[in-house]
Amino acid sequence: MHVLVLSGGLSAERDVSIRSGRRVAEALRIERPDWEVAEHDVDASLMTSLSLHRPDCIIPLLHGAAGEDGALRNVLESLGIPFVGSTAATSRLAFDKAITKQLAADAGVATPDGVALPQSIFRELGAAAVMDAVVARIGLPIVVKPTKGGSALGTSIVHSAADLPAAMVGAFAYGDVVLMEAYVTGTEVSVSVFERDGDLLALSAVEIVPDGELYDYASRYTAGTTEFFCPARLSEDAALAAQALALNVHVLLGLRDLSRTDMIIDAAGTAWFLEVNVAPGMTETSLFPQALQAAELGLGEVTAALVEGAVAR
Amino acid sequence: MSGSRLDPWVDSYASRANAMRASEIRALFAVAARPEVVSLAGGMPYVQALPLEMMAETAQRLLFERGSVALQYGSGQGDVTLREQILQVMAEVGISAHPDDIVVTTGSQMALDLVTRVFCDPGDVVLVEAPSYVGALGVFRAYECDVIHVAMDDEGLVPSALREAIASTRAAGKRIKLIYTIPSFHNPAGVCQGQARRTELLEIAQREGIAVLEDDPYGLLGFEGEPPRAIRAQDSDGVIYLGSFSKTIASGLRVGWAVAPHGVREKLVLANESAVLCPSNYTQLTVSEYLATQPWREQIKTFREVYRERRDALLESLQALMPEGTRWTIPAGGFYSWLTLPHGLDATAMLPRAVANLVAYVPGTGFYVDGQGRQNMRLSYCYPEPDRIREGVRRLAAVIEEELDLAATFGSHGSSGQLAGSSVPAPNLQ
Repeated sequence: MHVLVLSGGLSAERDVSIRSGRRVAEALRIERPDWEVAEHDVDASLMTSLSLHRPDCIIPLLHGAAGEDGALRNVLESLGIPFVGSTAATSRLAFDKAITKQLAADAGVATPDGVALPQSIFRELGAAAVMDAVVARIGLPIVVKPTKGGSALGTSIVHSAADLPAAMVGAFAYGDVVLMEAYVTGTEVSVSVFERDGDLLALSAVEIVPDGELYDYASRYTAGTTEFFCPARLSEDAALAAQALALNVHVLLGLRDLSRTDMIIDAAGTAWFLEVNVAPGMTETSLFPQALQAAELGLGEVTAALVEGAVAR
Repeated sequence: MSGSRLDPWVDSYASRANAMRASEIRALFAVAARPEVVSLAGGMPYVQALPLEMMAETAQRLLFERGSVALQYGSGQGDVTLREQILQVMAEVGISAHPDDIVVTTGSQMALDLVTRVFCDPGDVVLVEAPSYVGALGVFRAYECDVIHVAMDDEGLVPSALREAIASTRAAGKRIKLIYTIPSFHNPAGVCQGQARRTELLEIAQREGIAVLEDDPYGLLGFEGEPPRAIRAQDSDGVIYLGSFSKTIASGLRVGWAVAPHGVREKLVLANESAVLCPSNYTQLTVSEYLATQPWREQIKTFREVYRERRDALLESLQALMPEGTRWTIPAGGFYSWLTLPHGLDATAMLPRAVANLVAYVPGTGFYVDGQGRQNMRLSYCYPEPDRIREGVRRLAAVIEEELDLAATFGSHGSSGQLAGSSVPAPNLQ
């Protein structure tokens, strides 16, 4: 079996992606020593490499645009090369936080009230008036984030309306559309989902307690700066609700193989959907591998099964 | 119940390690290493201008003829022949010294570290230019120094500002240990101190009894006339001079040096031995062999011409393309120009947009310890070819136009500061 792990790319999450890719490739080499496991950046040489040495399966571990937005997966589908993970079409849906929120809300899933707007509308209508309207509807605090992208890049929590313009500037630096979302107080958790032998399994929720208010880039990738609890310190009902939400979102969006859903569990035990990731991080500090470890599952073992499933599809 | 922090040593680290965190800016620099991106961020010398066959011959000859010495430990002060040759190099900037005054180090960055280690206790003050070299700020912070920036103008450090900084610092009961300056072709400001300015600054330091730490990696890379005379050329007792072969031969060799008064030098040798036992004998002897057998002055001229052409490409493009309200310095040597964005723009907040548009720079905040520099960026012209520089400036101008549009929409609020963290590019960033 020749498996190619794709990582890197040109997004701001390049470094994270390379670390994810390296970790998955290493785990796979240990799990399946007879497999040929290679790593490749997504660059101008990729298409030539694929034609010269066509892999049996690809694991796309690109984070951010061109990796999670479905474009690369479209190319892989066109080439007819099996790959692990969601289809191009569903990846494109899942990559947009505003669209996934709307789909989730339409299906009755609790998700914080939010408004997603492009930069142009602020320019045309006047930023102050639009921001006032958003604050009046959502209330403060507001979480401001680009609708596309991960690792909390461009994300901030705004407590005062006076800080909103700066937060908007920070978010628009990463994308053309920004989501302003009500801040829900509660326990921040993430639930990883993967398919095995035709079943969809939700792992125990991982609770995230960053040193600061926001689980930002530094707290995600600096070991020691965030405390994790797995399983999360939730009531039995809340823990089940968290897993049910992740499974629900995975099915609702038509995702495939694996996903990770981020959410807040409020004091009443309600699980509030924030976003879903079709290419969850696999670094030393990432949540998916932590959830696997807590379930006494190996990253290599689970990935190998996903590869075999993708090839057999 | 406690959770996992994924690092069993998290409670064991020194407090100074608290700032050593992953950062968004470093993540963006990782993208800047891709060939699609025009990086005006890194400070890598263009070593391709060095005849590599000749370097190979030099290294081969060294190993065949003196391999058993080159591959052995050396002295903590550095190879004596090399120290004699360094005197010839320093003569170019007017310095006359004795080989015993020199301590060879693992790049001049190591010399910076050793001098700070020898001079500074936690809380001691180091006066630095505003802005200053990011690598020096990192060293001063590592030794828990109190770094105070002193204003610069087109001729470098401003004497009146230096006098005021000394007076106010002392009035606050603090001890000033060093005045750190890069007088020639400043990194990142791209300006050069005139001779009268150098003399005036030296006189202030002498009168106040403060040692001058003169960092001079670019002194021989001026584009016009003779190299500027080093401050050390005027005073052998009050100035510690740092030199480097990183820009005049090759940065990968990691050979630099310090010239210091004898009392300081003795301590630097012991500190050097404590830190690295001895600088690499192999690279020292490679440099020595190169200086002895190759036309090194001619090679420096070649480097100057390469960098002058690139400087010109940068300045012409900036002049042609930058939006109104943008200003930049005109470097007469070295690697960098310091750009000031139109009012209300924030170079740190703009970096993600720039990288998405395939151009990179270093935001100005990295060159300050106190949050200044948000409106500034350092542009490096040392590594990319002239056509790439022109393309990079074209992309940068478009990004600034977009940012002006954003500022017009949301007002001049700057960013919310979410790009905090280390903003130091890795040394191998192109």
